Order: sequence, then C-alpha cells, then structure tokens
Amino acid sequence: MTGNKVYAGKRARSESMWGYLMIAPTIIGLLVLNIYPFFDTIKLSFSKTRPFGLYELRGIENYVKMFSSAEFWRANLNTIYFCILTVPLGIFLSLIVAVMLNTKIKGRVVFRAIFFLPMVVAPAAVAMVWKWMFNTEYGIINTLIGHKVNWITDPNIVMVTCAIVAVWSAIGYDAVLLLSGLQNISKSYYEAASLDGATKVQQFFHITLPMVSPTLFVVLIMRLMSSIKVYDLIYMLIEEANPAITSAQSLMYLFYRESFITGDRGLGSSVVIWTVALIGLVTAVQFWGQKKWVNYEV
Amino acid sequence: MNSSLERSRKIRTAGVYAFFIIGSVIMVFPFVWMFLTSFKTVEESMIIPPTILPQAWQGKNYSDATASLPFLSLYKNTALMIFWRVVCAVVFSSMAGYAFAKLNFKGKNILFSLVLIQMMLPSQIFITPQYQMLAKLGLTNTVFALVFPGLVSAFGTFFLRQAYLGIPDEIAEAAYLDGCNQWQTFVKVMAPLTKSSMAALAVFTAVFAYGDLMWPLIVNTDINMMTLSSGLATLRGQFSTNFPVMMAGSLLAMVPMVVLYLFFQKQFIEGVAMTGGK
Repeated sequence: MTGNKVYAGKRARSESMWGYLMIAPTIIGLLVLNIYPFFDTIKLSFSKTRPFGLYELRGIENYVKMFSSAEFWRANLNTIYFCILTVPLGIFLSLIVAVMLNTKIKGRVVFRAIFFLPMVVAPAAVAMVWKWMFNTEYGIINTLIGHKVNWITDPNIVMVTCAIVAVWSAIGYDAVLLLSGLQNISKSYYEAASLDGATKVQQFFHITLPMVSPTLFVVLIMRLMSSIKVYDLIYMLIEEANPAITSAQSLMYLFYRESFITGDRGLGSSVVIWTVALIGLVTAVQFWGQKKWVNYEV
Repeated sequence: MNSSLERSRKIRTAGVYAFFIIGSVIMVFPFVWMFLTSFKTVEESMIIPPTILPQAWQGKNYSDATASLPFLSLYKNTALMIFWRVVCAVVFSSMAGYAFAKLNFKGKNILFSLVLIQMMLPSQIFITPQYQMLAKLGLTNTVFALVFPGLVSAFGTFFLRQAYLGIPDEIAEAAYLDGCNQWQTFVKVMAPLTKSSMAALAVFTAVFAYGDLMWPLIVNTDINMMTLSSGLATLRGQFSTNFPVMMAGSLLAMVPMVVLYLFFQKQFIEGVAMTGGK
C-alpha cells in the first residue's frame, strides 16, 4: 500500500518533470517569438520612430494620424471589396468542384491534383504569369476577348483582377477541405432519399448542404481571415509605381509599406493592430451567425 | 424505364467530365502559357495575335534570369529554410503536443492557452518586433533569419496534441509497465503512431514556408540570401517589361516544388486536408 503510494508519487513527479521539459522549447519559443512581439507591437503603435531603432511613447498620435488618413480608409475599403469579390464566389466554386470530385468517375484523382496545383506554386510565381496574361497590350486575355482592358492599371478594374487570381489560386485548396467534409456524409442518407424519389438537386439542398455546413463554416472563416490579410498577390501584381496602387492597396500592403518602405513602424503597427481588431470582429460575427445555418447534429 | 435511367446517368457523367475538362484547362493554361512564353524572344512575345508555340525554342531567357538572380543560392536558401522549419515544427510540436495530451503537470491549461492565443493572432502582428530582434543581433541576411518565425509552431502543437489525444492511454501505460521511461514511451511507442499527422504537418509547413513572401522580403535584403519568392519579386522590378525572362524565372522558381508534388501528390493533398482549416 505505502509502496504503491511512493511509486505513484515518484511517477507523478517524473511525469510533470517530463511534461515541463517537453513543452519547454515550444513555450520559450512562443514567449520570445509571439507573446513578447505581440505586446511590443502594441507599444510600437503608441510610439514614434526615431533614428537608430529608438522609440518614444507618444500616446494615440499614430492612431489619430491613421484615422485621418484617406489612404488608410481606402485600404480598408479595398480589403473589404477584395473579401466581397473573392469569398462568396470562391467558396461557391469550391463547393461545386468538391461535389463534382465526390462523384464516382474515372480520373477524379487526376482532376483533384490539377485543381490543387496552384497551392504548391509560390504566389509570387502565380502572380507573375497572371500579370503577363492580363497585360493590356500583349496579354493573351485581351487578345481572346478582343478588347484592350487595362486589367492592372485601371483603378476601377484592378481589384477585380486581383480577385480573379485569388479565387483561381484558392479553389483547389478549399475544394479539398470541402471534399473531406462531403466524404463523411453517410451514403445511407442518399439511398433513403432516392427511394423516396428525391431528385439530385433536392438531395443537394436537403442532405449535402446541411451535412457539409460545419466544414463550410471552417472554410469560410479561414478564407475570410486570409482574404483580410491579403498581401502577396497584390504586391506582386501591382508595383509601387502603378497609378492604381491606391485602389488596390490592402491593409497588409499598407502595413508593409509604412513599416518597411517608409520606415514608420509606429504607424505600421497601428495599422496591424487595427487589422487584428477587424479580423476579431469579423470572426465574432461569423461565430454568432453560424447558429443560424450550421448544422452540428448527427 | 431502365434505359432512360441509364441515359440520364450517362448524360450526367458527360456533364461532370465536361466540367472537369473546362476546369482543368483554366487551371493548367497559365502554367502552359508560362512555359511557352519562357522560350520566346521579347519581340515574339509582343506579336499580335500571339504565336502559340515559340518560333524558335531558345533558352536565352533562362540564362538571362540566372544571370540576374543567383538561382543556386535561392534554391539553397529556400531548401534550408523549409528543411529547418519542418524539422523544428515536427520535433518541437510533437514533444509539446504529447506533453499537453498525455502528461499531467501544473499550469498545463494556462500554458496551452498561449498556444491557442498565438493561433488566433495573424502572423503580421509579430513581424516588426521579430525583425527588430534579428536586426539588433545582427542576424538579418542569414538562413537563421528565414527560419526564425518558424522555430516553433503553435498550430503544429495544437494539431499533434489532437493526434495524441486520439491514441488510447492504455498504449502508453503498457509501455510504461514494460519499463520505458516517459521519454522512451514518447519516442519509441507514441510518436511512431502519429506518423501520418507528422507528415501532414511537414507538408503544410513546407508549402506555406515556400509561398511566404513578406517575411523573406523584410529580413533578407541581400540578393544572395533571398528565397525563391522574394527573389522573384526582385526580378519583377528588374525586368518589368521583359515577360519572357520573368516567365523563365517563375518557372525555375516553381519547378522543384511542382516536381515534388507530382511524385507525392497524394501526401500533399491529404496533408493539407488533414491540417485543413488553419
């Protein structure tokens, strides 16, 4: 009895020792790489950048400057516009691709691989080829449609161009995620529905859609978050000298330019804090709204 | 009755194929066009209407691209960055994931909440201070700088913790009774059971490290220390009107990953499907 107790105590001690040892690299890493930087960014957002990496606390000066800047509000509009253009369309198309991939046809593995291809190509390379295809004078797209559309330089169109590339890039990824949701739906539901005479379309709306809604919700949240953070595609498509830059600059592009091109890290930090708040708000609204359409039964 | 059912099934199959063929053309065409353009001269790329196949297949764009960008260094830097990020993510996340799932120690929940907080915050909020730390230590323009934000992975910890939670406690218990200590139980018995999750995390880490643009652009400005992505951004600035050279450069940048993808297509897609939703 006492022997057992000693044994158990020794074991618990060794267990907690190993526990601390095994989480140590991760926890130390998180503290240095994430927790400290998080508070430092907040501090920076209230500071003014001085030469030689020095900072001076200045209260809400950066935020006042940010909120009174037209460029900042434009970046907000651009980001929201980008989300509106990409998220619903992208998820709709991904769902169609996923449903198609879920049919029993030959070669679906090949088609799945083809749709997924853009994911393994760096966005930088993807943006390059689209920039070439969207070229006003010599681009293949204008040749095909027979109009000289200024895809990259027209302020009214440039965001649509970015959205097309973004949707094209993400379709396969989202479809693969949705497909795994579809594959979890038991075949017996469809068999029962067929026996009752339900058409394929009815089956889609009454079985597939409700059953895949939890996955759909995850994909929606993820896509929305990454769209708010969009940067690389726009950066590669639209260079600094492009007259359409203010019409295409996203919040994260603005953050990058303020922090690392202009060198105003204080203002840049305010932009990033604002973006985080925006993401938090949007996510909270999503979680609140999910009760109305996501089905967690079964 | 039967034949009309059969016919409607055939029509539906034809429709699915039509959809996939059109979709595949849209997905693949940009890469085909990139390939074809990369062998054309600048003059030929500007012919209206464009030629489909190059009039003469010439490799000058490739020599131009490699002359203005040190591609060997870019490959090396990118490979090292991916390698170390994958190793760190898999090793440290496995250790922490196991401890959080299977071991009891004080403060476990509070410490795990650090992991969750990091996962919820977008990486851009950490970038400026991370850069300043490296700059202060004089470590910019190094491979270490490229790896730095990926030294630990909160997502990996969360993901592998899930994997360990799915393994019954009895297995660890049996190993313990067989005389394994905690570390041996973890390395010899438990970790091998999470192989597919580790592979998924490795694929996920590699794909996102490879595509990352903002961090390499900020931290390594020396052209010999750039990654393929940030190198391409530089090429874009140099050859803003010479699209054939840019296509050659883009193709060189994407080839290694695409070749890997062709061989391990299943692992890539399943890895991403498993880690999905990050």
